[in-house]
Amino acid sequence: MTSVLYDAPGPRAKRRNVLLSVVFVALLALLVWWIWQTMDDKGQLKWALWQPFTTSEAWTTYLLPGLGNTLKAAALSMIIALPLGAFFGISRMSDHRWVRVPAGVVVEFFRSIPVLLLMLFANEFYSRYTNVTTDDRPLYAVVTGLVLYNASVLAEIVRAGILALPKGQTEAAYAIGLRKGQTMTSILLPQAVTAMLPAIVSQLVVVVKDTALGGVMIGYAELLSARSTFAANYANVIQSFIGVAIIFIVVNFLLTSFASWLEGRLRRSKRGTGAVLTEDTVEVNPAAVGGTFGTGAGAGTGI
Amino acid sequence: MTVKLTALSAVGSLVWGTLLAGMRVSPVPLMRGFGTAYVNIVRNIPLTVIIVFNSLGLADIFGVTLGASDFKIQGFRLAVLGFIAYTSAFVCEALRSGVNTVPLGQAEAARAIGLSFSQTLRLIVLPQAFRSVIGPLANVLIALTKNTTVAAAIGVAEAAALMKTMIENEAQTLLIGAVFAFGFVVLTLPTGLILGWLGKRLAVKR
Repeated sequence: MTSVLYDAPGPRAKRRNVLLSVVFVALLALLVWWIWQTMDDKGQLKWALWQPFTTSEAWTTYLLPGLGNTLKAAALSMIIALPLGAFFGISRMSDHRWVRVPAGVVVEFFRSIPVLLLMLFANEFYSRYTNVTTDDRPLYAVVTGLVLYNASVLAEIVRAGILALPKGQTEAAYAIGLRKGQTMTSILLPQAVTAMLPAIVSQLVVVVKDTALGGVMIGYAELLSARSTFAANYANVIQSFIGVAIIFIVVNFLLTSFASWLEGRLRRSKRGTGAVLTEDTVEVNPAAVGGTFGTGAGAGTGI
Repeated sequence: MTVKLTALSAVGSLVWGTLLAGMRVSPVPLMRGFGTAYVNIVRNIPLTVIIVFNSLGLADIFGVTLGASDFKIQGFRLAVLGFIAYTSAFVCEALRSGVNTVPLGQAEAARAIGLSFSQTLRLIVLPQAFRSVIGPLANVLIALTKNTTVAAAIGVAEAAALMKTMIENEAQTLLIGAVFAFGFVVLTLPTGLILGWLGKRLAVKR
């Protein structure tokens, strides 16, 4: 790989690079050795502590149900949030001020509040004012929090997706006599949806990660809280964390790779307008999408 | 508490994130590899897992106290450590995309006048990159502000923890919720607006 930032290394630069590599490896090795030593000192390397991961019981009783619940909450939130997000995103582009302004306020409001606050609030709200059973309540609260937050993030993605389409599309639609609603549903949305797919999949990563909040704070039985029962049973705190982290990394890495594969495919395909909306387009260009409300609070997609 | 957490973590992750970004574009393949691996791993772990691990794993088992004498200070410091580790991955990505926006000619000119890699990066590329990524960095900062609520999971008395106790003990659920929500709107909206304005003003005109 060559980069514009440095010349192709000559003999001296090669030597220097090797030297730097060696120093860096030495530092890394020192770090790894230190971690290894500390773990050894505390007796964390004993096979007995890692062994539960090889038993089927650990997976079927703790980890898989936890992962299942994580994915269930994430999927539910995404399915509910998508239409809501589309609704708010389109309302925000309305020609009518009385539709545009409230939609904008709702979106900006929920985007600037932490998901955790929304979850905690939803949890308390359900326990006081509704008769959702105690068993279901954590799931409801987690999903409510995630839906409220992600619907507003998706609204921005939808809006950016539609604004990213070439203007000619709308003009052509009007020219052949379609009405505003028809233009939106039969011309703009179908094209925008394909352009938005990568961004939506990336948002799914955020949803998966945020379910972990529900596990710790309101006792939803997802992967992270499955970890604590798992660790309580086998007395392997460190190992359980490493295992759970690896599961999360694998799931999210698959999603991320899927998103970038989709993006590459959409970019390459000859059909369509070639407008592809990625996480970056939404992030880097708040000014480009900035509509009625300036740049807004910025959701920090991906975090 | 929320503000304090945010400020400390923001400074820390800016420094560590810049270092990581430097590693990711450096001529030494191993450093590039390390940077890439770090970002990909950390980005895909939920922040909650990192924070809880810091408390239960690092502190309770390895006895990492970060020189804190009592439990509260220790939790605070561990939380800051977690936020820095997590947020810097995003800072690094934002900066890297900023480095990509700097025109090729700039780096080529810098090399042509004989600047070394670190000089090119420090004197030519990064100053321009920083100015073009103020917007994305503002988003990261806002996300960090919201993420600090996760510290409630290890008992740091920031906004979310306060709200949880208040909401459970007082009658006016809606009112309390609204107040805390409003607090966050007040914290994040101006940050976005001011930094967005600053970003537009400072952007390198091309």
